[in-house]
Parts: sequence; C-alpha cells; structure tokens
Amino acid sequence: MLAQFSTYLYRRPRLALALLLGPPLLWLGVAYLGALAALLVQSFFSLDHFTGQVVHRLTLATYGDLFTRANLDIVLRTAGMAAAVTLAAAVLAFPLAYYMTFRATPRARGWLYLAIVLPLWSSYLVRVYAWKLLLSKEGILSWLAAHTGTGGLLEHWLALPLVGGPSLSISTTGIFLAFLYVWLPYMILPIQAALERVPRSLLEASGDLGAPPRATFLHVTLPLVFPGVVAGSIFTFSLTLGDFIVPSVLGNSSYFIGQAVLAHQGTSGNIPLAAAFTVVPMTIMGLYLLLARKTGAFDAL
Amino acid sequence: MPEVKEAAVELERVTRRFGDVVAVDNVDLRVADGEFFTLLGPSGSGKTTCLRLIAGFDLPSAGRIRLHGADVTDRPPYERNVNTVFQDYALFPHLTVGENVAYGPMIRGVARDERRRLAEEMLALVELSGLGGRKPSELSGGQRQRVALARALINRPRVLLLDEPLGALDLQLRQQMQAELKAIQQRIGITFVFVTHDQEEALTMSDRIAVFHRGRIEQMGTPAEVYEEPATEFVAGFVGTSNILRGEVARRWIGRDGVFSLRPEKVQLLAPGAAAPAGFCTATGRLRELVYAGMMSRYTVELDGGGTLVLVAQNLAASARDAAPAGAEHGRSVLLAWDPAHNRPLGAG
Repeated sequence: MLAQFSTYLYRRPRLALALLLGPPLLWLGVAYLGALAALLVQSFFSLDHFTGQVVHRLTLATYGDLFTRANLDIVLRTAGMAAAVTLAAAVLAFPLAYYMTFRATPRARGWLYLAIVLPLWSSYLVRVYAWKLLLSKEGILSWLAAHTGTGGLLEHWLALPLVGGPSLSISTTGIFLAFLYVWLPYMILPIQAALERVPRSLLEASGDLGAPPRATFLHVTLPLVFPGVVAGSIFTFSLTLGDFIVPSVLGNSSYFIGQAVLAHQGTSGNIPLAAAFTVVPMTIMGLYLLLARKTGAFDAL
Repeated sequence: MPEVKEAAVELERVTRRFGDVVAVDNVDLRVADGEFFTLLGPSGSGKTTCLRLIAGFDLPSAGRIRLHGADVTDRPPYERNVNTVFQDYALFPHLTVGENVAYGPMIRGVARDERRRLAEEMLALVELSGLGGRKPSELSGGQRQRVALARALINRPRVLLLDEPLGALDLQLRQQMQAELKAIQQRIGITFVFVTHDQEEALTMSDRIAVFHRGRIEQMGTPAEVYEEPATEFVAGFVGTSNILRGEVARRWIGRDGVFSLRPEKVQLLAPGAAAPAGFCTATGRLRELVYAGMMSRYTVELDGGGTLVLVAQNLAASARDAAPAGAEHGRSVLLAWDPAHNRPLGAG
C-alpha cells in the first residue's frame, strides 16, 4: 500500500513537490505575508484623536505624523544605535573569527564555539537584566572604575549628551553595551563561516606572488570575507532595529522604535501609527539588503 | 652535472616531520639552472611537501634550502624568487582573469596601465588573449590552468614550481598541455620543478627525474636512466612495469644470484625449439594469459620450475584471429629469450 503510494508519487514529481511544499508555503503566505499585508494596510489608516477610533479610510496622514520632530528623533535614535552596534560588533567579531579559523587548535576552536553560543541558550531577558546589575551604580563596572581611578572619567562620560545618563544602567551607552553583547554571536558566526570557506591555497598563492601578509589580508582575505561581514551585519542591524526590551530595561524616557510601537498599539490604541513605525525598520532593512546584495553578501548566508 | 653552474634549487639534507611522520627524510637535491626537473612518486611519498618547502609554504625541520646560491631556508614565500602553479589553480574568485594575472605586478606597485599590458602579454603567451575580462568561474579547467601559469610567469621567476598542474584535466587536454608546458619552458628558459605521480608524464617531459618513495629519493637521473637502469625494486615497479627475478628463478634462468629487473618489452617470445640468438638468456614455460591491448599484447608466462614472467610484444598481426587467438593458445609451451644486458641488478632500496 505504502510502496504503491511511493511509486505513485515517484512518477508524479510535481505532486510530491506540492505535497511537501504546500503546508509551509501556505503558512508563509497566510501567517507571514498576510500579517504583513494587514500591517501595511493599517499604516494607511488614521486615528481620530477625539473619539480614539481608527478611521478606516486610506490616508498618508499617519506617515505625516511619523515626521514630527519627536517621532523622527525615535527613528534616527534607533537607526543610529543599530549602525553603531553593527559597526562595533564587526570590529570585535573579526579578530576573534580570524583567530578561530586560522590560529586556534581544533580543541580551542570547539571551546570558543561553545563560549559564543552558550549565552544564546539562556533567556535573553535574564541576560539583559544581568547587564542592568553590571551597569548599575553599585555594579561591577562602577566598582572597577572607582578602584582603577577612572571613576571621574566615567562621570564625565555620563555627563555627555546623547551617550550619557544618570548612571550606566540608564544611559545610551548602557543600551549600546547590552545590544553589542546580545547580538555579537550573530556577527561572529557568519564571519567565521566565511573565513572557513576561504581556500588556504588562495592565501598561499597570494604570498607566493609576492604579497606580504598585510597585502594578502587586504586583497584576498577581506574581499572574500566581506559578504560574511554583511551577512552578520544584517542580523545585528535588524535585530537592534526591532528590539524594545533592551532600551526599556536600560533606557530612559527616550524611546526606540520598538518601544514606540509597543506604546502606540497598546496604551494609546494608535495602531496605524504603530504600523507606520514598523514600516520604518522594514524600509531601512529593505534598502540595506538591496545594497548588501550588490556586494554578493547572500552567498555567505 | 657540471659543478661550474650554480644550482637553481638546492636542498641539503632537508627533513620535514609532521609529528611522528617523516614526510621528507634527509633529502639532497640539486636542480640545474634551466632544467625541467620532475619530482615523481606516489601520493604520500613526500614530493609535494618537498615542493612546498621550496616555495616556502612550509619550513623544514632540518636542513638548508638554497635558491641560486642564496640561503632561503627561513624566508617566507613572498621573499623567494619562485612562483607556484597550484594543483587546484588557486585563482582568486573575486578578481577577473586579467586581475589575477596582474596580481604580482599589482603587489609590486606597477602602474595600472603597465600591468594591464603585461597581463595581456602573458595571456597571449598562454593563448588566452581577450579573456582578461572574464571571471575564473567562467573558464574551463584547461583555461584556468593556463591562467594559473600566466599569473606565475608574469613575475619572471627564476624557478617555476608546478604541483600536479595537469592532474585535473582529461587525457587529451593533458597531453596537449604537457607539450605546451614543455614548449613554454624551452622558450622562456627558466627552471621548472614539476611534481607528478604520473610516470609517463615524468618520462616524456623531464630533463631529469627524482623518484620519491617514503620521503626519500630512490633514484635521480634522466628519464632513460631511470627507466632503463632502475636502481631499486620500487623504481623498477613504479616507473613502467618490470619483472623482478630473484632467488631460484634468477639462478636458473640468469645463472646468477641476486635480484634483477627485466622490462617486459625486452623479452622475445619464440616457438619451442626455435633457435635463440647467440648469448641470449633463455627460459621455457607455458603461456597462462594473453591480454590483447590493440597496439600490443601482453603475455603472462608460467616459467618451468616456478615463477612467472610478463612480456609485451608489438602487435604485428594482420587479422583479428591472428592478433587475439582464442583459448587454444593458453597452456602452450613457449620459449623466451632476451639479451643478458637487460638483466638490471637492483639495490635494496
């Protein structure tokens, strides 16, 4: 019976394909794209501020609201943070990935892998709160600063506009550090995978043709691994753009996009504006992916 | 080799160990300037490690390496005036063919226009004019091979190292490239150090051959020397095929004690009772197997008193029936004869 069915399917590869791909495609189509479409439509509605009701008439007014001073600040703050986190993650991840690939013994590499993925196994919320403790006035960082005589430096840093705040645990710097910590593995792994795929003979060939290590790195390693960096940055950038937990735990009243979405659709019931806000990271990511595709980044994914 | 000319490549008691494994074991080697020198051996015999030591990708555990008299033992690859053609070609996938070829000049800081001209000149040498704009992935295996060659030659190295460069090509292309490589080498007159496991390739291309076995050089000499006068049993078996006669078999048919190599094509197959040429060694036996291979046939003869002897004879028959007679041939008595000069005494190896 089963064998007959198998034979039946074997002769009809299209049917077999439809049976296999049908459910996931249906799920993708209805749940993902459907929700996305609903979101998109919502963003073209508007909120009647007197009645608090959503007006179901297509308008660009909500997008207009997005460009008010306060909301524009939120967008720029979030995008700036995402860019800073991505850049710092790339700078930190590259040497580590390079060491893992070319220098570490297989044993050391295994331990490093474990150290990188291990944090991902525990709750992300717990880890963010752990950072709250680390960064607080009574936390280890302040303690370290006080005992190394850099307490004054920390004070000065926190007094700066934009990056500062009452304490590290309530500052843009704190948010940056926590973001950098939670997303770093997503940058290391693609870069490491890309480095792993660079044939050793190419590096030897470069040296053989007269290139000292620095030139080999510049002309061979970096161009070949760059798509991996872009792949990693897609993760860190988009994850930072959409996150609302880190800024709400470590931030002050200056919202990030995720918090704005949460507030508008929850407290104030302004679902259209919340929807318009979510379109922002999607647009940014869309442009970024378009740019990334030009570098061939998707070969490394 | 005359000592007046300084060696292009010189290995002096070079050893390379990987843990407990001795990949290259106390090797001495002198390659003359302008020579086509081949390192021949089965995989794992140390020939590729030897090449990598010369290129500088690997450093010897002991011994010295000199290039044109200069000691380069501790020098990195980019400070050695040698270039390598890699087995997998190792073309940079993110660069065009032209940029690949111009890589060396680019590193040396040659101006863009000048290096483009140089690259075009090199591509012409390997008959790939006009393909400079393509990516390596758009080329066939044979074309990539030529790009790798052009990329190495553009630096005008005094020694070119080739690591099984033809291994990935099909037979016809391989033979064509063998001839072209040899022609290019003669035209530009630089030293080639060529690694291969293909004994026929080694015989047809080389000025001299070093036969590697278990990290050591078993024999070094011209192709004819290595083939006609194999020094050890390994060389006799690896370069061409050979009958090894020893013990009782050697005493009975050669009349001497020892181990001897006898090439199959040196032995004549005669009818029983026929007169063998004067002074020839003779042996009698029964035909056990006949393998027809077109141009020639291979006969396996069971010798009277034990042992077998393989011989090949050019196929001179005019009809299919004469060339490959049916089973009736098997078991028939035959007389074998060969010039005793062909009995090559072998060392222990």
